[in-house]
Formats: sequence, C-alpha cells, structure tokens
Amino acid sequence: MTAAGSQARIGRIGLYALLIWTCLFFSIPLLVVIATSLKTSDEVRAFSIFSLPASPSLAAWVKAWFSACTGLNCGGVHVGFLNSVRILIPSVALSVFAGSVTGYALSQWRVRGANIIMLALLLGAFIPYQVILYPLVKIFSTVGFYSTLPCIIAVHVLFGLPVMSLLFRNFYAGLPEELVKAARIDGAGFWRIFVWVMLPLSVNILIVATILQTTGIWNDYLLGLIFAGRENMPMTVQLNAISTTSTGIIEYNVNTAAALLTALPPLIIYFVSGRYFVRGITAGAVKG
Amino acid sequence: MPVGRSIAVLWRDQLAATGAGVARAARPYRARSLMAKLVLAPTVLVMLICFYGSAFWTVYISMTRSFLLPAYAFAGGEQYVRLFHTPRWRVAYGNMFLFGVLDIMGTLFLGTLLAVLLDRRVRFEGVFRTFLLYPLAISFIVTGLTWQWVLSPTIGLQHFVRGLGWNGFVFDWIARPDRAIYTLVLAGIWHQSGLIMAIMLAGLRGVDREIWRAIRVEGIPAWRAYLHIILPMLRPLMVTCVVLIAIAVVKSYDLVVAMTNGGPGFSSDLPGKFVVDFEFERANIGQASAAATVMLGSVLAIVAPYLYFELARKNR
Repeated sequence: MTAAGSQARIGRIGLYALLIWTCLFFSIPLLVVIATSLKTSDEVRAFSIFSLPASPSLAAWVKAWFSACTGLNCGGVHVGFLNSVRILIPSVALSVFAGSVTGYALSQWRVRGANIIMLALLLGAFIPYQVILYPLVKIFSTVGFYSTLPCIIAVHVLFGLPVMSLLFRNFYAGLPEELVKAARIDGAGFWRIFVWVMLPLSVNILIVATILQTTGIWNDYLLGLIFAGRENMPMTVQLNAISTTSTGIIEYNVNTAAALLTALPPLIIYFVSGRYFVRGITAGAVKG
Repeated sequence: MPVGRSIAVLWRDQLAATGAGVARAARPYRARSLMAKLVLAPTVLVMLICFYGSAFWTVYISMTRSFLLPAYAFAGGEQYVRLFHTPRWRVAYGNMFLFGVLDIMGTLFLGTLLAVLLDRRVRFEGVFRTFLLYPLAISFIVTGLTWQWVLSPTIGLQHFVRGLGWNGFVFDWIARPDRAIYTLVLAGIWHQSGLIMAIMLAGLRGVDREIWRAIRVEGIPAWRAYLHIILPMLRPLMVTCVVLIAIAVVKSYDLVVAMTNGGPGFSSDLPGKFVVDFEFERANIGQASAAATVMLGSVLAIVAPYLYFELARKNR
C-alpha cells in the first residue's frame, strides 16, 4: 500500500472515531437520564446516576405520571401533559391557519404596503419575549382573560405569527402565478383559490409548519409560566417545579422519569418526521 | 428540498423581497382583493399593538421613574444609571457576553466540524445525523435539568469518578460561583451544535462540483481544501449561523432557569432571567423595562448590521 493510501486510511479511521465520540457525547445525557429513571431512589443515592440499574423497574415512571408532587399538589405530570395537549392543539391549528392565510394574502394578491408588512413581521420575529411580556399581560388583563386557556392560546398564536406568515409567504411566492390567474379567470375568489388551489399544493409546508409549531409550543416554558395560569400549567412548567422543589428528599428517579415523559412527544415527532423536523427547526431558528 | 434550505428561504428571500428593487419587480398581474386586505388587517393590528406598541411602551417606561406601577413622567436615563450600578445586573450582563462568545465559538466550531465530517461521504450518515440532531427536539427545560443532574457533584460525574476509586476527583463547576456559567456553555453547545451542523451541511452540499474537481486535479488535501477554499466560500452562511446563535444567547432564559436558576447566588444570571424576575417577582417595572430595553438593543446591534450588509450584498 502506498504512503498516501495508508494516510488516507488513517484519516478515515480518525474521521469515524471523531464522529462516534461526538455521538457518545451527545447521547450520554439521554442515557444517564433513562438509566436513572429505571432505578430505585436508594440506588441513585448509593451509586451515581452513571451506573446501570441493578433491576430496572418502571416504578419511578408510574410515580412521575400519577403522583409526583409540585409543592402540595401530588397529581403527577399527567396533569401537565393534559394541559399541554389542551394548549397545543388549538394553538397549532390556529397559528398554522393564520400564518398560511396571511402568507397567501401577502404573496398572491396586490396589497399596498405588503413589503412593509413583511418587514414588520421579519423584525417582529427578533423582538425578545421579555420586551413585550409585561405590556401583553396588561392588555390581556384589561380585556379580562389573563391567566386562562384562551389567553395562552392567543399568546402562542401571536408569537407564532411572524415566522408562520413568512414561512408560508415565501413558499407561496415561489408558486407560478398562472395558477391564481387561471383560477381568477374561472371566477374563483380569495377563499376559493386558497382552499382549492393553494392548500392542495401546501401539504409539505403545512407539515413543516405544524411540526415547527408543535415542538415549539410543547417545549415552551416562559409563555406558559406567565400566561397560562395555575389551572393550565403546561408540562414544562410543572416539570421544572417538580424538579426544583427543595423540600424533603429529592427523588432523582422520579424527576428523571418526569423529564423523559416531558421530552417524549417532541422526540417521537423528531424520530418519525426526520427531514421535515430539521427544515422546521432551521426555519424557526429566529423565534423566541 | 435540501435540509436547511428553508433558512435560506426565510432570511435571504425575505431580505431580497424587502430590498430596494422589489417594488418594481413585484408581480404586475396580481389582482387587488378586498378580502386580502380584510385578512391582513388583524395581522397588521396585532403587529402594531402587541409587538411594536408593546415594545415602544417598554422602552418608554424604561425612561420613567416607574417602580411598582408604571409612571409616565419622563425621567431620562435614571433607570439605566441605577441598572448598571446593580451588582446583579452587571453579573448578568457580563455573563451574556462571556456565555455568548464561548457558546458561539464552541457551537460554530463543533457544528462546522461535524458538517465537514459528514460531508466526506460517511457510511451510516443517517444514524450519525439522528444522534447529532435529537437535542434540538428537547426543550431547554429538560436540557437544563439533565445537565444539572449530570454535573451535580453529589450524584453526577464527580460522584461517579470517585466511586471508581479516584477519591480526590473534583468536578463541581456547577456549584461554584466562578464556574457555573461555563456549565451553561456546555449545555448550550450540546443543544445547538446540531442546528449549525444541519445549516452548514446544506451549504457544503451546495458547493459546485467543478470546484471539487479542480481541487482534486490540483492534488490539494481535503482538510486544506476545506480550510482555505470551501469554508471561506461559505462565510456568508457562517455569519448567518453566528447571528442566529447570538440572538439565541441574548434571548436565553429557560436553560439557565432549569440548570442553575441563576445560581449559586446570582453568579450565572442572564439578562432574560433578570428581566422576568424583576418584572414578576420583585415587581420593579422600571428596572425590568430598562433591562429589557438593553436586551432589545443587543438584538438590534446584532441584527441591524447583518441585515444592512445582507441587503448591500444582494443589491450588488
């Protein structure tokens, strides 16, 4: 074998070694959390969270789901799970709908100031939540539905508007304009063209938008904390409250199980949807 | 459509569309519609009131003597003077830069390196990608809690290594006021590198085949080709990556809340947490608004030059 050949070979081995090491670094936290959630409380204390469970059991998962405590409330994370689902479904449906209609109106119809609206949406996506949280609380209090389910849903739709609108606007702007022209000649109006011409072409972008909003809203913490109210506390807020409770003995196995349960829905979406997920995440990277 | 293209779509097209030359390039055949205006009216209203109106309100309140409740008499920069004399804010503000610089460097380096490795026609690329991208699906709350457990001196890494027999092993950064902020960097890099990898990999895959052919003809080793030819070509994309991470740093909140809760003391505090604490726990609207305005200014300081140069590049 030539010197260059063996050098290339060493390079290849180094390349794979580096990749495998990085993958290990990336997966260690997940493996540690899974292992801990399968242990008993005593086992976590006696050894470290890095050791494998002696006799794996799902007891901690059951406890996390049905009876983990937040202060004096011991209802388990299934309460937060149900709240998150109740917040998620209308928020995603409404924000995807609002984004697609806004994007369609901006790209396919002649509207004066469309460019200014787009610039306003683009810059709006950069504004940190912290800058507008307090005024929004005031606005919602004035209207009289602060700290309710409709409030947190409205807030999610609101904060989703810039990225959703631009995502759809850019997609629709790439469609050939003959489509709308032809439909108009046939006498179709704004909504008919949207439903019969645009939506059938939008399957991919609808999937991307739905995944982006689903993972984003499920993983949200700050908005849920401020706007949802105690009754509708989403899963992330409940998880953090459970895990940072400082009274009594900390049950790491229960806390890790609760964390895994919280992480599971977006992880499942990620593993099922693959490329769509990555597209959504990269498009939404400005959010927050 | 390749992975990561959407970011190019969102940013570049947007910039192009809002750039100078667009108005005339707009589609001449598009029809007017009353319904389109009606549909856009709520969007415009929401943007005006909830985003820009609210932001303006916060900026104005930061220039008043508001404390528990908003007050509207103009008081100039008083809140800012007090803010920058507040030790906790100085720590939080300094941490933003420390965390930001290390996080950007680490994430960009690791993300780009991984993209280059995967670009070398690796077997099982899909498996590697799955491992490297899954943190993106996990919330910052779960990320922060997980790393808090892993790095905890009493149950995590230190405990583990001592259990192996190395009794003197110490790794207690997360519990040390002078080191806790670095553990946040670790978690940040873990969470964000996959995103940069995906964006950079899309860029690498878009490089013209002719260039690679020329590189092979010249006999340039692959690592030199990346370092001196390919990556410099992708500089605009790298700038986009830096901007993305930098904005995320300014906005970061959940991660620090879950991982250190700003502690020990307030040694790992960040502006995002400072604002929320002062607004909703300490009920000091004036200080919170001033701090929030500094956050807004920081984002603008990152975005404005970026947009400006991108537009200039587009119009060239």
